[in-house]
Amino acid sequence: MKISTKLLGMAGALGASTLAALPAWAQDAAAAAPAAVVDKGDVAWMMTSTVLVLAMIVPGLALFYGGLARSKNMLSVMTQVGAVACLAMLIWVIYGYSLAFGPDVSSGFLSNFIASFDKAFLAGVSPSSTAATFSAGFELPEYVFICFQMTFAAITVALVLGSVVERMKFSAVMVFGAIWLTIVYFPIAHMVWASSGLFFKAGALDFAGGTVVHINAGVSALVAALILGKRIGYPTTPMPPHSLTLTGVGTGLLWVGWFGFNAGSALEANGSAALAMINTFVATASAALFWMLAEKASGHKGSALGFCSGIVAGLVAVTPAAGNSGPFGAICLGAVASIICFFAVSKLKPMLGYDDALDAFGVHGIGGMIGAIGTGIVYAPSLGGPGAADYDMGAKLIVQIEAVLTTIVWASIGTVIAIFIAKLVTGLRVSPEVEQEGLDLGEHGERAYNS
Amino acid sequence: MKLVIAIIKPFKLDEVREALSALGVQGMTVTEVKGFGRQKGQTEIYRGAEYSTNMVPKIKVEVVCASDLAPRVVEAVQQSANTGAIGDGKIFVLDVAQTVRIRTGETDDMAL
Repeated sequence: MKISTKLLGMAGALGASTLAALPAWAQDAAAAAPAAVVDKGDVAWMMTSTVLVLAMIVPGLALFYGGLARSKNMLSVMTQVGAVACLAMLIWVIYGYSLAFGPDVSSGFLSNFIASFDKAFLAGVSPSSTAATFSAGFELPEYVFICFQMTFAAITVALVLGSVVERMKFSAVMVFGAIWLTIVYFPIAHMVWASSGLFFKAGALDFAGGTVVHINAGVSALVAALILGKRIGYPTTPMPPHSLTLTGVGTGLLWVGWFGFNAGSALEANGSAALAMINTFVATASAALFWMLAEKASGHKGSALGFCSGIVAGLVAVTPAAGNSGPFGAICLGAVASIICFFAVSKLKPMLGYDDALDAFGVHGIGGMIGAIGTGIVYAPSLGGPGAADYDMGAKLIVQIEAVLTTIVWASIGTVIAIFIAKLVTGLRVSPEVEQEGLDLGEHGERAYNS
Repeated sequence: MKLVIAIIKPFKLDEVREALSALGVQGMTVTEVKGFGRQKGQTEIYRGAEYSTNMVPKIKVEVVCASDLAPRVVEAVQQSANTGAIGDGKIFVLDVAQTVRIRTGETDDMAL
C-alpha cells in the first residue's frame, strides 16, 4: 500500500504537469484510486501498439538484418533474431517484468537500479489489476502494460545481435541473451522508466527508449563484437548484403511498427501520442534524405542502403524525442543524427577496424546518443518543443548526458560478463569450417535459397 | 567446320541472333559469363565499404558452321555487336574436327 500511495502521488504530479513532459512509466498495479478509469480507446490503441512493436521484430528486424547478411547466413540471422525475442518474452513474464517494474526493494539505494522479485511469475496480476498512465484517473489493464513492455525487451536484445551475426553460435546467442537481459536490460529499463529509478528521479527525458533500447543495444553490440572478433576475411573479403530488397522490406516494416513503439509510449490515445506520431513521420523522412545527401556530398551515389540506413537512424534518434519535441525540432534531429551515423559507419568503423557486421553500434548506438542528447535541446519551448516556459536546457542536458554515460558504462560491463559466461558455456564462436560454409547449414541444417 | 565463339555485351544478344538467323545459321549456344579485358569493372559501395568488381558480365555465343560460312558469321557478329565502345567483346574462330547429331547419327555438315 505504501508503494501505491507513492505512485499515485507521482501520477498526480504527472497529470498536473505537461503530459508529455515526463516520459517515464510509473505504474501501479496494487490499487486503483476510486476515480481511476480504464479507457477502452486507450486499451485498444495500446494493444495495437504492442502488436506493431512485435511486427518490428519479426518480420521487420529479421528481414532488415537478414538482407544485410550474406545469403549463406540468412536463416541464421532471422532465427537468432526471432528466437532471442521469444526467449525475452518468456523471461519477461517469469521475472523480467518484476525486476524492471515490480514493487521496490527494501533498500532505498538498490531501488535506484532494480525492483524486487515480488511480481515474479506475474504474482498478483489479474485482468482487473491496472498500471498507471501519464494522466491522473486513467489506467491500463496491467496485462496490456506488461505485453507492451515485453516487446521492448524482446526487440532490444535482438538489436544487439546485429554486430555478432555470421559467426556467433546459436546456443551462445541464447545464453548471452538470457544473461544480458537480466543484468543489463532490466536494470536500465527500471532506472529510466520506473518511478523509483535513478534516471527517472533525475528527470531524464526518454520518451520511447532511446537510452534503454538503442544506446543500450548499440553499446552492447560494440562490446560483444570486440570480444567475439572479426569475421574470417573481414575486411579484405567482400561481404556485400545479399538482398537489399529484403532489407528494404524490413526497413518499411520497422518504420510502420515504430509508430507503436513511439506513439504507443504515450500509453494513451491522446495528443502526446499524436505528437510522437508526427515526429516519427518527419524525423524519419528527413533522416532518409539526409543520409543520401551525405553520400552525395562524399562523392558517392545516393544509395538504396543509404536510404534504408537513414530511415533507421532517424527512427532511432527520434525515439527519445518522440513526444518531447516539436515537428521541426524532430526534422533537425533526424538530419543531424543521419549525417553523424553516416560518418560513423562509413568512416569511423573502417578507421577503428572493428567488425560490427550490420552496424548495430553505428546506427543504434551513435543514433541513440545523438537522440538522447538532442532531446534535451529540442524539448525547449523556444525551439517548438513541449517543455515548460522556464525550461533549463543546460541543466537538462547534463542530466541527459549523465544518463547516456551511465548507460554506456553499465551496458559495457554487463555485456562483458554476459559474453564471457556464454563463452564458458557454449564456446561462443562457430568453427572456421561452419563460418566458411555459412551458419544456415552449419547451425540449422538448412539453406535459405534452394535453386 | 568452324566454331565461332563471340563474347559480347549482354544487351546486344538479340541483334546478334537476328543477324545470324539472316545468314541461315540454324542454332547457337548462349552462356552468361563474367570476365575482363580492357573494360574497367564497377565499384559497389555499401555503407562506405567499397567493393570493386573487375569481372564484367558478358554473354558468350557459340556457333558451329560450315567453313565457307565462317567469315560471314564473323562479319555479322562483328557488325551487330558493335557499339564502338570499350567492352564490345571479341570473336574467336576454331577448327571443329567432327559433329554428330545425336537423334539421327548424321555427321559433319549434315548435322549442322
